Amino acid sequence: MRRTFSIGGVHPADSKISRGCAIEVLPTPPTVYISVSQHIGAPAKPIVAVGDKVKTGQPVAEPGGFVSAYIHSSVSGTVKSIGPRKDLAGNWQTCIEIAVEGDEWAEGIDTSDTLITEFTDDNKVIMDKIRLGGVVGLGGATFPTHVKLSPPPGKKCEMLIINGCECEPYLTSDFRTLLEKGEQVAVGVAIIKQVLGVDKATIAIEDNKPEAISHMEEVLAGLRQKSPKFEGISVMSLMKKYPEGGEKQLIDAVMHRQVPSGALPIDAGAVVQNVATALAVYDAVQKNKPIIDNSVTVTGDCVAAENQHNFLVRVGTPLSYIIDKAGGIPEGAVKVISGGPMMGKAIANLDAATLKGTSALLFLTAEQTERKPETNCIRCGKCAQACPMGLEPFLLQKYARLDNAGALEENAVQDCIECGCCLYSCPAYIPLLDIIRQGKVKVMGIMRARAAAAKAAAEAAKAEKK
Amino acid sequence: MMTSTIIWTIVIIAVLGLVLAIVLYLVAEKFKVDEDPRIDEVEKVMPGANCGGCGFAGCRAFAEAAVKAPNLDNNFCPVGGNAVMQKVASILGYEVAEKAPMVAVVRCNGTCANRPKINEYGGMKSCKVKAALYAGDTACAFGCLGCGDCVAACQFGALSMDETTALPVVDESKCVACGACVKACPKGIIELRNKGPRSMRVYVSCVNKDKGPVARKACKAACIGCGLCAKNCPHDAITVEGNVAYIDFTKCKLCRKCVAVCPTGAIHDVNFPKPVDRTPKPAPKPAAAPAAKPAVAQVPVEKPAAAPAPAKPEAEVKPAEPQVKE
Repeated sequence: MRRTFSIGGVHPADSKISRGCAIEVLPTPPTVYISVSQHIGAPAKPIVAVGDKVKTGQPVAEPGGFVSAYIHSSVSGTVKSIGPRKDLAGNWQTCIEIAVEGDEWAEGIDTSDTLITEFTDDNKVIMDKIRLGGVVGLGGATFPTHVKLSPPPGKKCEMLIINGCECEPYLTSDFRTLLEKGEQVAVGVAIIKQVLGVDKATIAIEDNKPEAISHMEEVLAGLRQKSPKFEGISVMSLMKKYPEGGEKQLIDAVMHRQVPSGALPIDAGAVVQNVATALAVYDAVQKNKPIIDNSVTVTGDCVAAENQHNFLVRVGTPLSYIIDKAGGIPEGAVKVISGGPMMGKAIANLDAATLKGTSALLFLTAEQTERKPETNCIRCGKCAQACPMGLEPFLLQKYARLDNAGALEENAVQDCIECGCCLYSCPAYIPLLDIIRQGKVKVMGIMRARAAAAKAAAEAAKAEKK
Repeated sequence: MMTSTIIWTIVIIAVLGLVLAIVLYLVAEKFKVDEDPRIDEVEKVMPGANCGGCGFAGCRAFAEAAVKAPNLDNNFCPVGGNAVMQKVASILGYEVAEKAPMVAVVRCNGTCANRPKINEYGGMKSCKVKAALYAGDTACAFGCLGCGDCVAACQFGALSMDETTALPVVDESKCVACGACVKACPKGIIELRNKGPRSMRVYVSCVNKDKGPVARKACKAACIGCGLCAKNCPHDAITVEGNVAYIDFTKCKLCRKCVAVCPTGAIHDVNFPKPVDRTPKPAPKPAAAPAAKPAVAQVPVEKPAAAPAPAKPEAEVKPAEPQVKE
């Protein structure tokens, strides 16, 4: 019996064309544009001025709030400008433009490749290093890792799950990271495990990547003989099914526990971190190296075999530069997507720069992107069957079209993870997710306003008591 | 035997009916809802469109509110206009001030010619969905998205999409200024403005807040925030805020000086008898130069923007359109 999550899910072809491409270091571009909002939460505040000389790995922006992260210069050079620049959706974002001069690293960063498996720092020091290293969740949500690793008081984490599923079709950057930097990932896992104070950690990998599973098992067996800190870390093979890499789906698959509606993974006793995040934690703690680069898959059906790549890219590299290095826009491509085909965002501006969370550049053909005309719902229930959150998309889209926020909330639209399974499975080609997302945004706004009002009322009552 | 059964039946049912009728009457008297008869009267003179343009759920709700209100200052039916409001006022015995009729105005002139596409949108045909996904298929992140949410929102058939310009067009004879399109537009382009004498109006047909050169590069007819119109307005009706001019229709006296000086043609005048001195725009530039000079010096962005900048046909190079999946 292959393990997987129990509700819904779909089976798109995995199309991991670039699985054989080793990670190559992309040459540094002449100019990088580092956005100050590369994470969920408040944008970072720039701490450099125009004309400043910066070194690789030097912080250029500090957190703008509790849920926020440091941002570091990914190159050495001169700050040319700090101002608005269009992001990949064409919206203005504050960016720090740095002209590259040489490659001089900030002091204290270990740039060697030597593997350091020993870690003796206590948890406080480790957490500080993670925070100062600007580590954010690289699985897609880019949630600041130091916040996620400090569970609220009274909540106990029982298991650390490392997400190596990479359930999105086409993407291979996590897979290559596991194969090429398995040791580093394992050390990162051990560090996170120690910080959380848990006995058990599982690296969950889908069974369409058998090389990664056997490699990680070997690596862990070797490390266990060196140090007892690697006891309790295991590798788990999961059945390939989208969206297995979703936090709540992964907890269900690994622990057979459901995260209740409105609750966090920690309520089910789990913390989920991505493979790339574990590597970033290793870099930050063992090498003092902040997140300045990440691996980006360049792939697509229309991309020639020699132009398929897994690049190690400096944060802030213009997308057009990566595409140039990968042989330009391939023939037949009509659409470029940042991320995977299921949840990725279409790119409207190729001059935009990469962010910490950029995982792939995917080229799609006209045939793949064509939307068929929408027809009437035939009440087949395929969307409800496919929804991994157990929602009823056909109902939600009806209410969203009617703008009925009350009914949307009753039917838990706020639990939607926007995975796109409903849209993928709909035989009537109804743009379910597009419509439901509108309703979700509305309901979330109402819920936030209600929470804020309740908080204000509680504070007013408190003040009155005094 | 048979007859007595029939008689008894009739008698019992008659008595029962009488008793129940009395009970019903007493209950009805006891729990009588006192409703102002004027509500029904007011409702009768309402247009009955139930469009919600007045801010109430429907015509009945408006009638109830109007009857309860101490005066009619905050209650106005945009569909019926002054005629209906006069009737309502006479029923209720209130005075009602004449209100200038309003009309919906589309403040975007980003036609296909003025605002070239830089990518192709293939997602759901809805402005709301498109706006949530990205900035739009042209370089202007403020302009009309062209999916027709306003057209769908209009209950009166007053809006339609122009196929050649891909912009919505308001049919003034049908528009009742209920404001449904204003709410439907995610970009806030449509505004309710004074209809004006003989429907003559002057307005800035742009909401682009980008700086001059950026706005101009995105759209040939964009307001670049140069402030020439504000400088030349003798009635202080124009304000330039966030790189975009706005004409206050309560102050505008329709002199059309701003229309003549606007370097990009972003200020529109409609329904004027003569199709305006639009010609002077390029020609009187030297003549108007003394007046324009100080403004140019003050706002240096205006100069480069005024140079003709044919938008680059980038569409071919950028094959990108937002969709969540395929």
